[in-house]
Amino acid sequence: MNSVDKKIVLDPLLDNNPITLQILGICSALAVTTSLAPALLMSAAVTAVVVLSNASVSLIRNHVPSSIRIIVMMTIIASLVIVVDQVLKAFAYDLAKSLTVFVGLIITNCIVLGRTEAFAMKNGVRLSILDGLGNGLGYSLVLIIVAVCRELFGSGSLLGHQIFPLVTAGGWYNPNGLMLLAPSAFFIIGLMIWGIRTWKTAQVEKPEYQIHEVHRTEIV
Amino acid sequence: MEAYASLLIQSIFIENLALSFFLGMCTFLAVSKTIETAAGLGAAVIVVQGITMPVNNLIFQYLLKPGALAWVGLPELDLSFLGFIAYIGVIAALVQILEMALDRFAPALYLALGVFLPLITVNCAILGGTLFMVNRDYDFGESIIYGLGTGIGWALAVVLLAGIREKLKYSDVPDGLQGLGITFITVGLMSLGFMAFSGMKL
Repeated sequence: MNSVDKKIVLDPLLDNNPITLQILGICSALAVTTSLAPALLMSAAVTAVVVLSNASVSLIRNHVPSSIRIIVMMTIIASLVIVVDQVLKAFAYDLAKSLTVFVGLIITNCIVLGRTEAFAMKNGVRLSILDGLGNGLGYSLVLIIVAVCRELFGSGSLLGHQIFPLVTAGGWYNPNGLMLLAPSAFFIIGLMIWGIRTWKTAQVEKPEYQIHEVHRTEIV
Repeated sequence: MEAYASLLIQSIFIENLALSFFLGMCTFLAVSKTIETAAGLGAAVIVVQGITMPVNNLIFQYLLKPGALAWVGLPELDLSFLGFIAYIGVIAALVQILEMALDRFAPALYLALGVFLPLITVNCAILGGTLFMVNRDYDFGESIIYGLGTGIGWALAVVLLAGIREKLKYSDVPDGLQGLGITFITVGLMSLGFMAFSGMKL
């Protein structure tokens, strides 16, 4: 694996993460993360769809007129999602049920369309597959971190195994119910962005207005 | 009538698509910098949601639902697996038609909505609303109300967020939280506020 390949796969993990920097694919990242198992399933499904759609779009990129490219991509993505949905229903029915509409929503997950439009339309098949893999993994990473936080602190367990013994079962941990509710996902991702940007200061956005401190000695 | 009214309230406030199901988040965060653009996008979402939902409902009820094709003599046929591709096709086509129709008959509105119309195709609130409607098996009348309600709820949320962000840019935010980070936390607080509606029983 040469350095270009490595960069394409590893960049989206932290330096150019689809969720925390590109603002892509946030809906599902928030909704399926109340516990770890559905988050893992969703990560696998999205990664598979991104890789496959990137591959197929880059295969036909020279034959599609640019005026109809969006609808062509949507059709490809929708067909791939149907396949993924049928596979999930066949092999992991209960878990797939718990994802409800969010499997279908992979179609409109901006990561998929965003990467096909921004990368696969311009690059060869091999690089597109690697790019899809990288972005899929970057998305999975955020999903898994958020899901671990929410399941561990919200119900004291991971993948259904009890880690912290609950007060109701004679243990010491009093579960934080807020973690299982919608707002906590926003807070966790917000704090995560704060953490990443404190570390990687290049990602910090410029404020629109700078507050100007006026000193007493200064004449305004 | 009462059932419709409660469905409307439920879809606007209690089950707000943006704040309790996180649908349409990408556009929600990206296009909420000023109230004006947010209101334009919100209006576009209400219109598109109000039209696509009943159309997709007809497609589901008379073409895709298990046994729906009984009227052409194929009662065992179950085409529900074709749902995704049919719904997204309908949404993409309707957005395109709406764009052309507005350009022809209401150019002022067309100019006002501008770039937001094509963006709506990939707004998950539209497809998500349709999938919820299919999941819950709403009938035609309910689907009209649910479409309008979810559209209004989403528009309300995006305009509210834009209002907050307009004020927020004058405040002193820590470096790493600037921009996206503080927006996430604000949306979290808004979502906490909207949870107050979840206790309402209608």
